[in-house]
Amino acid sequence: MLAGAAAIFGLVMILLVFSFRRNKNSGEEEGQIRVWIIGLGLAFPALVLGALLAYGLVVGERLLPRDGVNLVQVSAQARRWEWRFTYADAPALETTGVLHIPAGRPVDIAITTADVIHSFWVPRLAGKLDAIPGHTNTLRLEADAPGTYQGVSAEFSGAGYDAFAFQVVVHDESDWAAFLQGQPE
Amino acid sequence: MRALERHRKLTAIWASETGFKGWFSTVNHNDLGRMFLFTAFFFFIIGGLLAMLIRVQLATPNSAFAGPEIYNQIFTMHGTVMMFLFAIPTFEGLAIYLLPKLLGTRDLAFPRLTAYGFWCYAFGGTMLIVAMLFGIAPDGGWFMYPPLSSAIHSPGINADFWLIGITFVEISAIAAAVEITVSVLKYRAPGMSLEKMPIFAWYALITALMILTGFPPLILGSVLLELERAFGLPFFQADLGGDSLLWQHLFWLFGHPEVYIIFLPAAGVISTVLPVMCRTTLLGYGWIVSAALALAFLSFGLWVHHMFTTGIPHLGLAFFSAASTLVAVPTGVQIFAWIGTMWKGRPELHLPMLHILGFFVTFVIGGLTGVMVAVVPFDWQAHDTAFITAHLHYVLFGGFVFPIFAGIYYWLPHFTGRQQFFRLGELAFALVFVGFHVTFLAMHWVGLLGQRRRISGYTPEDGWSVINLISSVGSFILAIGIAMILIDVLLHIFTARRSCRNPWNATTLEWAMITPAPAYTFASLPLISCRDPLGREPALATALARGEGYLGVPREGLRETLAVDSASGRPEMHVLYPANTRLPIVMSAVTGLFFLSLLLKFYWTVPLALVGVIILAWRWVWSLGLRDDPAMQPVGHDLTLPSAATAERAPGWWGSVFLLTANGTFFGALLFGFAFLWTVAPGWPPPVWFKPSVLEFALGVAGAVIAPLAMRRAIRKNRAGDTPFSNVLIALFGIAVLGITCAALMMRAPAPTSHAYGATLLVLGGYGLFHATVAALMSGFLATQMRLGFTSAKRRAAFPIVALWVKYASITGLIILSAAHLPGMLS
Repeated sequence: MLAGAAAIFGLVMILLVFSFRRNKNSGEEEGQIRVWIIGLGLAFPALVLGALLAYGLVVGERLLPRDGVNLVQVSAQARRWEWRFTYADAPALETTGVLHIPAGRPVDIAITTADVIHSFWVPRLAGKLDAIPGHTNTLRLEADAPGTYQGVSAEFSGAGYDAFAFQVVVHDESDWAAFLQGQPE
Repeated sequence: MRALERHRKLTAIWASETGFKGWFSTVNHNDLGRMFLFTAFFFFIIGGLLAMLIRVQLATPNSAFAGPEIYNQIFTMHGTVMMFLFAIPTFEGLAIYLLPKLLGTRDLAFPRLTAYGFWCYAFGGTMLIVAMLFGIAPDGGWFMYPPLSSAIHSPGINADFWLIGITFVEISAIAAAVEITVSVLKYRAPGMSLEKMPIFAWYALITALMILTGFPPLILGSVLLELERAFGLPFFQADLGGDSLLWQHLFWLFGHPEVYIIFLPAAGVISTVLPVMCRTTLLGYGWIVSAALALAFLSFGLWVHHMFTTGIPHLGLAFFSAASTLVAVPTGVQIFAWIGTMWKGRPELHLPMLHILGFFVTFVIGGLTGVMVAVVPFDWQAHDTAFITAHLHYVLFGGFVFPIFAGIYYWLPHFTGRQQFFRLGELAFALVFVGFHVTFLAMHWVGLLGQRRRISGYTPEDGWSVINLISSVGSFILAIGIAMILIDVLLHIFTARRSCRNPWNATTLEWAMITPAPAYTFASLPLISCRDPLGREPALATALARGEGYLGVPREGLRETLAVDSASGRPEMHVLYPANTRLPIVMSAVTGLFFLSLLLKFYWTVPLALVGVIILAWRWVWSLGLRDDPAMQPVGHDLTLPSAATAERAPGWWGSVFLLTANGTFFGALLFGFAFLWTVAPGWPPPVWFKPSVLEFALGVAGAVIAPLAMRRAIRKNRAGDTPFSNVLIALFGIAVLGITCAALMMRAPAPTSHAYGATLLVLGGYGLFHATVAALMSGFLATQMRLGFTSAKRRAAFPIVALWVKYASITGLIILSAAHLPGMLS
């Protein structure tokens, strides 16, 4: 996307610079309209954008939650300024500020809020999804490798917004089982 | 009569009072346009200083410059000031100053409304700035998302300043939009048909129509949120049947068109200035007009792209993603038409042209990053990061500030009658250009590294320190550049040498006059036969000054102009403008009292202010009445025209149509909100439903049917020479019955503070009651006029206007009563 944008920008700049040339053979106004407006103004963006849009929709569709096998379900509830996570596989368990998930399995995170609007964002695992009062939004993500990932809330929520962060700890299979038993690591 | 004598006579008629006293009573667009622009740039400086504070805060990690409480006010006010107090008013000021000159007429359609709008803007803006000086400015972000901005989470008065202050300022936007629409459609030089209009007039018309349909959802949202904050009506509280998403929809229904409302006037400036700088004509005039129309239309279909992360179904996102990319096509048409214009002509690097080049570079980058964030998966990452901040500044600075600077340098000789003397402007441009790109390129980068918007600090471990420092240094270069532009403009105003009359060799009408522009604008009105009148007839200015056009003979104390048929530009009526008056400033002060009483919760002064507004509005319209039938008026060139007071569709009728367009959008947004809550919000159905009443419903329907029919009959009888006093009274009675049923709805709305359902019914009933009251007052006004002999078969202009408002109140009243009573009756 960046390369394409740079190419288009370059093209526009070259056209601008060349307009300062002294002897251009400009020709009839109608021909100019055909080149500039119909060609460059209408057809060119329509083609580029059509392709880009299709690409974006295909990628977006792939990121959507589907009925996965082996699905893990967790809930994330935001409040100012703390995330609380609960786990469908271990109803008694609640963690604050740290979300635990297994590696290599699809995870559905049901995102809600107890007060204002927040947004759940773990940049390296998935895009953002908002936590909106009265609604539950479900984010699908899948972490390939165990490790610790940083997450933040990405919707302005007042004075404590700066430091409103959390962590996602991704476990391998045995650690995950241990975590659900209530004995993390 | 010699040109000089005509000049003196016309100046005596049109000039405002001398000295500063003139500011308070002037209704002349020459003064008000300048006052608008001056005030807007005053707010621009304030907004710019706030931006500097933001960059100081973010220049270093763990900054101790301002705590989050202050910092949140700073960035909220930066966005608010720039959007509402700088960008929109700058367009209004420029259009108010330029349009009559470009269109070849002497003033805008409703001079007192221009003044009223200006004072609402000045007072409302001052309220916000004063709040900031006291440290109680809004701090919830310029988008004011509830529930963060609702009473529970923002208990102070801060958010109320935003909601009430901005609504007050929006009055001026709506007033200016009505003014501009009617002026472009009706107040042009004879012969100027739509396709001969200067391109800026098209852009102004389209922008004004967008304001009329784009701003009402925001005004509605502000009213609802303020009602929630002040009286506990839970429109946005999820546990009481409200939904905070409703605010997001209303806000972005306004917020996205807003971007184009800001861009289109700037595009109008480019389309006007660029061909002159290239010594040619604009390539593809018709194409550009169509592209601007398409842009306006499409911009209403993409508000959801600000809500890609709110969990809307992917199919919905796909639609809005498509619309968001599609909108780049008409933008592309305009960009390439301008580049084609440059290829067609011989571009010269004057100062305005430099800023236009700055526009091209900046805006194209902003457009390309805009296409990137229209791609949904990319936006899921970039949303609410500094990348978006950078993108929107490329769009708004590139798409608005650079073109406006181009326009200012282009029209500065027109404002002052002087020509550029110091070469400060070129250096200033270089600083602004370099400073801007350093600041915001860096911001793209740090956004991609994950820096969120609106944070007041970060740690050294985040790894953003160097980039932020670069960005802050860039912003100071930018600030120095802008300060130099302001100094350059001031030097120009006070010291530069006199300029010749048309320094750029432009072909549009605003240069066919002495500069600075005289109070009367044109000594006589030109007959237009092509799109570049001054190009075809370079001596037009002197011919007009000699009184060779229409209305060349000044009549004692009368501010005269012509109104034309919208499409063909055929002269249609003769218009007399009101003279200087303090009524607008007094009226806006009383309007301000109304808003201030709400803000400070002095509820006992609210009715006082309302009565004050009614009395002043009554006087306002009353002063237009005529005791005798006006005669046909010779306007020169053997043409005799009827007075506007005898027209079936007088200027006031046109103004009402467009005001009601905005009003209808407001009402539509309210119905949308009702339906949205009913279907989407959690916490429905409500615990108690409204108890329908066949009697109330039947009475209301009867009133709503009788009133417009009676007014129709009144128009017919009046035309036939009767005095239809009784018909108008019947209409008044019908509308009063409708109003009473709406009041009953308000009284019986179930528990408005405990569920959004009752709250919405209360607001719907209030809307109906308000409009019934307005229509009743207007009918009463008309009846009084008839009794005292201010109407006749010829002086009939008031009848269709009152009929229009009665019809509007009846239709909306019917919809309101149906929405309240029918669901219960049918189930």
